Amino acid sequence: MTGTGARRPPRHLHSRSLLAPSVAALFLWMVVPLGMTLWFSAKRFNLLNPGKTSFAGWENYRELLTHRALWVAMGNTLFLVGLVLAFTLTFGTLFSLLLDQDFPGRNVCRLLVIAPFFVMPTVSALIWKNMLMNPVFGLFAWITRSLGFGAIEFFSRAPLLSIVLIVGWEWTPFAVLILLPALQSLNPEQVEAARLDGAGPFALFRHIQLPHLLRPMAVVAMIEMIFFLSLFAEIYVTTNGGPGLASTNLAYLIFRDALLSFDVGRASAGGVIAIILANIVGLFLMRLVGRNLQEDLQ
Amino acid sequence: MKLPNPTWRTLTLLVGAALTVWALYEPQRRSELTVATVNNADMILMQQLSSEFEKQNGVKLNWVVLGENILRQRLTIDIATGSNTFDVITIGSYEAPLWGERGWLVPLDDLGADYDYDDIFDVLRQGLSYQGRMYAVPFYGESSFTYYRKDLFQKAGLEMPLQPSYFEIRQFAQKLNDPEHGVYGICLRGEPGWGQNMAYISTLVNTFGGRWVDLDWKPQLTSPAWMEAVSFYVDLLSKYGPPGVITDGANENRALFANGNCAMWVDATSAANYLLDPSQSRVAATTGFAKAPIANVPNGASWVWSWGLAIPTSSKRSPMAKQFLKWATGRHYITTVGERFGWLRIPPGSRRSTYEIPAYLAAAPFAPLVREAILSADYRKPSALPVPYVGIQYVGIPEFQALGTEVGQEISAALAGRATVPQALELAQADAESALEGRSK
Repeated sequence: MTGTGARRPPRHLHSRSLLAPSVAALFLWMVVPLGMTLWFSAKRFNLLNPGKTSFAGWENYRELLTHRALWVAMGNTLFLVGLVLAFTLTFGTLFSLLLDQDFPGRNVCRLLVIAPFFVMPTVSALIWKNMLMNPVFGLFAWITRSLGFGAIEFFSRAPLLSIVLIVGWEWTPFAVLILLPALQSLNPEQVEAARLDGAGPFALFRHIQLPHLLRPMAVVAMIEMIFFLSLFAEIYVTTNGGPGLASTNLAYLIFRDALLSFDVGRASAGGVIAIILANIVGLFLMRLVGRNLQEDLQ
Repeated sequence: MKLPNPTWRTLTLLVGAALTVWALYEPQRRSELTVATVNNADMILMQQLSSEFEKQNGVKLNWVVLGENILRQRLTIDIATGSNTFDVITIGSYEAPLWGERGWLVPLDDLGADYDYDDIFDVLRQGLSYQGRMYAVPFYGESSFTYYRKDLFQKAGLEMPLQPSYFEIRQFAQKLNDPEHGVYGICLRGEPGWGQNMAYISTLVNTFGGRWVDLDWKPQLTSPAWMEAVSFYVDLLSKYGPPGVITDGANENRALFANGNCAMWVDATSAANYLLDPSQSRVAATTGFAKAPIANVPNGASWVWSWGLAIPTSSKRSPMAKQFLKWATGRHYITTVGERFGWLRIPPGSRRSTYEIPAYLAAAPFAPLVREAILSADYRKPSALPVPYVGIQYVGIPEFQALGTEVGQEISAALAGRATVPQALELAQADAESALEGRSK
């Protein structure tokens, strides 16, 4: 790229103009729905009362922000994201360590560990709800009963934790998919050297494998966060956001406003609040992860 | 510069081809009807039989078959935004008057003398009308009553009266509850939702003497009748109900009862034919029927609901759609199903004449009870107290879908033991007050 100083400006322009259509398309792709959401969120607009559409200003936001449902839903959203992340990262790392070992039947095992990721969310939620966690027909109830304990009523006693369990089961394979290759890319000589220095398996994990995994873990956390902030299918199928508001997250609350009340204005306002929350969580996570990576590099 | 030429040629060719396809396709489209319906067994049978209608009338029917909730969302958005996707839609007695009022539906008073309007049960006819004009015609109708296990009652030396009271029901549930052997005293809807737990709880509140709102639209959810009814419900289900009841909707309860896990169940009469079918139910021979229980007053103790077919005003093919409605909800359709698929599979509860067919009465021992329940239900006087709304197990206003579901959530929290009944009703009352703010003066 040296020695082309004289020709750079036209070339620069040229490449920009070539980029412009795709940039414009992407920009429209983002800005039009966002703009419409903002516009609707400032309107009093209920599909069931189409005659009464009018400008509402901040009214929808005021209603949402003063109702306890929003705050409960926000707390639940953060709780779900945090706990499922912890769950998938912990089990993902453990499974990766296990599958990194050489043992007979390893390939079959890898396949089985990955499999839950390919089950559709609604299907796996139904399986967990009706075949595993159901207190009358379920497998868990059968096990606890035959051990002499009563059945656990998962969705009434611990609705959020039950959902964490289901979503964790679905997404642990994703963590494995990313963490296992990362672990395999670790230089064997480094491991060998650590062993020669007398490092046991725990020290090896703590000082060699874990630092090596931090970067892919950050990737897993970022990608999963995007999906967990908008968890819906599992809640819709199992608890319907209940009992009370115990398992209502922001996505479910917006669904309730949009498709039960058909209140387009309030649902849009909820959507805008969800976007803001997602950005805050994203920024926070990026900072945290970024700092870790920098320390790592130093 | 040879580039534009082939490009233009290709474009012209493509546009020409598209026009030709459209020209060939468009006239055919005129004789097509798009029908949206619920995935209930009765509607699926209608879909199977519809080839007959297609042959008679030379039309093609396109079917969109969805679950109840998804269908309701899809139709509401479709009709409220005026897009003309559907020519025939399936709606309940909750939507028909509301959508008729909005001018979204074609009036259906002109299906002809041979349609025999007087044969339709009055309560369904009124329920599907707004200001005296029908906006949907009933495909089937239902009420609610009590299912019980004759074998268990006999073994315990109990007898179910034809008209049980809720206090008797509690005693029966206590005696028959046997979790060790997988039999629970009573099964009831626990899944939150305006059409799920609140449909049942509304009838319970009615018979305990309560109402949703007073004449000024002021919510009454903290009144003594609500407290008493909801406390009764929570107490009954937590003591003698199946575990995990807060996720049990109508279908889950039907499965529990069919599997022999419930001694009693109060729910829709339309589940009766399923429970009497030995290929789907393990209790086909031992299921008995009684009227819906009452507590303090008889008013509104059993609900009335119908699924009807309607035509959106946006449909351009309403004359043909009317022909379809006439075919699917007429007398002839009912007898065709009965003769071809067995009398237990006919769409019940829509016409008086159904209950005069000897073959049906012989196959369906519950039929007289259903008829009586439908005849005695008065959806305009759901409560012993005066109310400004219509509807027994719902309040016939657009806000109710959301309100009913919110209240249902609060009550399910009480049922799960996460809140006391007074706490739950306090929150429900607050929800109701904000939802009905615009109405109460």
